[in-house]
Amino acid sequence: MDTPVPDTGNPVTQAKLWYWQRISAMLLALCVTAHLAGMIYAVRGGLTAAEILGRTRGSITFGIFYAVFVLACTVHVPIGLARICEEWLGLSSGKAAWVARLAALLILAMGLRAVYGVVA
Amino acid sequence: MSGQALQVKVWRGKQTGAYTLYEVPRQESQTVLDVVTYIQRHLDPSLSYRYACRVGMCGSCAMTVNGVARWTCRTHVAKVVQGNGLEIAPLANLPVIKDLATDMREFFDKWARAKGQFAGTATRHDEFAQVPPASRERAAANAGIECIGCGVCYASCDVVAWRPNFLGPAALNRAWTLANDVRDQAQRERLKAVAGDAGCHACHTQGSCSERCPKQIEPTAGIAGLKRLAARAAVRGQLD
Repeated sequence: MDTPVPDTGNPVTQAKLWYWQRISAMLLALCVTAHLAGMIYAVRGGLTAAEILGRTRGSITFGIFYAVFVLACTVHVPIGLARICEEWLGLSSGKAAWVARLAALLILAMGLRAVYGVVA
Repeated sequence: MSGQALQVKVWRGKQTGAYTLYEVPRQESQTVLDVVTYIQRHLDPSLSYRYACRVGMCGSCAMTVNGVARWTCRTHVAKVVQGNGLEIAPLANLPVIKDLATDMREFFDKWARAKGQFAGTATRHDEFAQVPPASRERAAANAGIECIGCGVCYASCDVVAWRPNFLGPAALNRAWTLANDVRDQAQRERLKAVAGDAGCHACHTQGSCSERCPKQIEPTAGIAGLKRLAARAAVRGQLD
């Protein structure tokens, strides 16, 4: 006879996690491209900390762009981490969800702090 | 008839066991099933294996040949032999009953769990359903309808190996063909059954299933379709 059916995870939650993963991935594709292009442009002829801060200090554009980047990472990374915990470490979906929440908190806090650090 | 004999390693035992080496005469147009049959008939009658049609229609003879899940009746030795060596093992991701025969119950139980059965409500007194064969849904269903449940895709799937309760490519492909069947009345229940981290959302589109399917079915395409259907249903509040 069939073994007891294990919890497959609430379908609505899983569907939402899926499309938020997709949406944040689209955003990240844009952000990463812009970030790489910006870095390559800025690094021409060498780079100093003073030079970086000269561009970022007081720049609303930088602030908004990188804050959006941090938010996209906050959504995208934890979902992927939870999957990795389940598939490679064998964690239950409950425990993996806690790892995800912790990662989200860390990325959000550290990311926004970094943006503030270079823009303020 | 080629000169050198084949050195064939065959899995003997159950989940634990070992490979035994057999020497098999090489023939022209020899298939791996011919090799296994030769071993059982001439060298070691205690070897257990499955086959039925031996012409690539039933899918019973699927085994792991040199690390890749294949139909052994449709695999020419000349195509896969490494030097003059072959390694033959049972299908992966399934419990081994003995030697090359696996327990396929879980494979078919997952098919049932994915609601892989047609659920219609029309009777003989109703008119025939009119389904245009060229319609988008019917074309999508037809692309996956030829599955014979051989288990090659399931054995090739890394996610099945990592997540024991993952429904798997075959079950999800069948669910997809039914999701595209306009006569079926169980769409809502089926979508609930296949959405979730043991369902379509666990698929990472690595594609081993689509690459290895002997009927050229693409479960990854069907699973991507199920993900889209589930997302749409979730947004419209139709998934609970």
